[in-house]
Amino acid sequence: MNNASTSSAPTTANATEAEAPVSPFPLHSSPFGPSSASGATVRAVNDEFHGDLLEISLGPHHPSTHGVFRMNAALDGEIVTKLKPVFGYLHRNHEKLGETNSYLANVPYTDRLDYLASLTNNWAYVHAVEKLAGITPTERCEYLRVILGELGRIINHVCLVGFLLNDLGTSFTPLLYSLRERERMLDLLEELTGARMMYNFFRFGGLRTDVSADWLARLKHYLEGLFARYLDEQDALLTGNEILLARTQGTGILKPDLAINAGFTGPGLRASGVDYDIRKVDKYSIYDRFDFRVPLGEHGDTYDRFMMRMLEMRESVKIILQAMRDLPDGPVNDPKAKSRGLRPKAGEAYGRIECPKGELGFYLISDGTPNPYRYRVRPPSFINLTILEDLCLGQTLADTIIILGSIDIVLGEVDR
Amino acid sequence: METLEQIRDRIVAKFGADTVTLITNPGPSAQHSLLLVAHAARDIARFLHDDPALRLDYCSNATGVDWPDKEIVETVKTTQPDPAGGPDKVVETKTKRIQPGCLEAVYHLYSIALKSAEPVIIRMRTANRTDDVTLPSLTPVWRSCEFQEREIYDLYGIVFTGHPDLRRILMWDEFKDHPMRKDYVGPDDYEWEPTPHGEVLERAKAHYPTPPASTSPKSEE
Repeated sequence: MNNASTSSAPTTANATEAEAPVSPFPLHSSPFGPSSASGATVRAVNDEFHGDLLEISLGPHHPSTHGVFRMNAALDGEIVTKLKPVFGYLHRNHEKLGETNSYLANVPYTDRLDYLASLTNNWAYVHAVEKLAGITPTERCEYLRVILGELGRIINHVCLVGFLLNDLGTSFTPLLYSLRERERMLDLLEELTGARMMYNFFRFGGLRTDVSADWLARLKHYLEGLFARYLDEQDALLTGNEILLARTQGTGILKPDLAINAGFTGPGLRASGVDYDIRKVDKYSIYDRFDFRVPLGEHGDTYDRFMMRMLEMRESVKIILQAMRDLPDGPVNDPKAKSRGLRPKAGEAYGRIECPKGELGFYLISDGTPNPYRYRVRPPSFINLTILEDLCLGQTLADTIIILGSIDIVLGEVDR
Repeated sequence: METLEQIRDRIVAKFGADTVTLITNPGPSAQHSLLLVAHAARDIARFLHDDPALRLDYCSNATGVDWPDKEIVETVKTTQPDPAGGPDKVVETKTKRIQPGCLEAVYHLYSIALKSAEPVIIRMRTANRTDDVTLPSLTPVWRSCEFQEREIYDLYGIVFTGHPDLRRILMWDEFKDHPMRKDYVGPDDYEWEPTPHGEVLERAKAHYPTPPASTSPKSEE
């Protein structure tokens, strides 16, 4: 007794611990709210839901979190009542590096942002620098960029469809079919660029090298043959599949107003029925010359987000075939446009393109020196995560896995 | 879509002339922007979002920029008559002044309803870079700013008032600095382990000097 009263410090510490249970989260702060005084928020959550509440921390290395991503979820039974995304584990300050590099030296770094769609990353950055420096790409280059960019979109969507179904627990078959097609396209790209994932192929005002007619013919043969068959197969196997419909329809519904306000872009936004495609709105590059449709969803649920990808792949094939048909001769690089040692005039520019995951923008400020004064990436994956919680509230934990999958994130881009 | 001058005039008519300044962009992109006064910024943002002619319902990009204090040398040329009767002399006097730095938050707005192709850019500036770094959060107007303002706070140190959940997002919570500031100096002791490479070894030695012989455990063996 005496001992307890004299050693006051440990006793009080124990008392407060007993009052407020320490959050089971291994990190320093509770993920629920800025007031991270341990325990207080946990009790508040308990009061709110009048039941047993389980906090689980899913990730950061769980296979279904698509990289080093963590979801801190509060579960009431099986239903998600709170969910906070936590990331930053892969952060290597891409933007700081970008400000120390020359403009050209940033091109290979953009590959590492979204390593499943490197071609479109290159394009977005090059597009912003061209705006900043007032460079116009050559005609042939524009067509080839469209071909490569749409091929990048197909490769990304193929992966997404595979991994999304893997998240659903379809074991392996659709994923392996998807990866098989991806490998075939990567073979073609490896032959062209020398790399399988980090292509580093775009230059200011042009491309690194020209594309041979033989390569284009083989790409066309592939898209019209094997790849068309893959799409039909996947449609037959999946899009009407009873289990897929039961698991994805009506889950993770995103209302169009919220989607716009939260900056949700890409196929996810269009799945909610918002007709907004930067290829159509901005008409960057030469997209106004091609005839293609922007698929739109009705319900904004996981199934619509899945279907958007399936439909967009078919549209992308259409665009590539049109671009091949109209491909003009001429130089692929403008000899006057300079890539190495580029020093744009002082000023700033924001350039954006429609990437497979949404709007990828680059905001650049030049102060007249060879490296950007400010280099900012507007990553679609990062901003699309803003409403992850809203999508998952009231859903089961199993459904949050597919909802996260249907947002299509890549952690290289989220964390930069 | 209205031009930036028209938007500025609308804001001036509604909120007063001292609330907005047009910042011209000299580069080829010609993307000019509107500098908003911080105290009225959220009301203006709400106005831009709601006004039926603008309907800037989509904030695509929010980012920070650091402008450190800058020393500006101004040269003034004056002509003085030569007392000897020759031609007038041109005398150059150089004056130095410090232009105080600031932190800046830049927002790129589009209208999805009206399908605008060019961004409407608004920006806000803090009073300085050290103690008065508060700006109003625009997250209540555009939810898409939520993570991006957290990122600006994390990397630049701008404190957004009215933000629902302002915490670090990319760096860890115990991290003290703001790494995207121009004067941030990264630690040089990543390579703590002495290696045979000269440069690394020197740096490691500077950080982890050899302990005195008496306390070194090896000397006792």
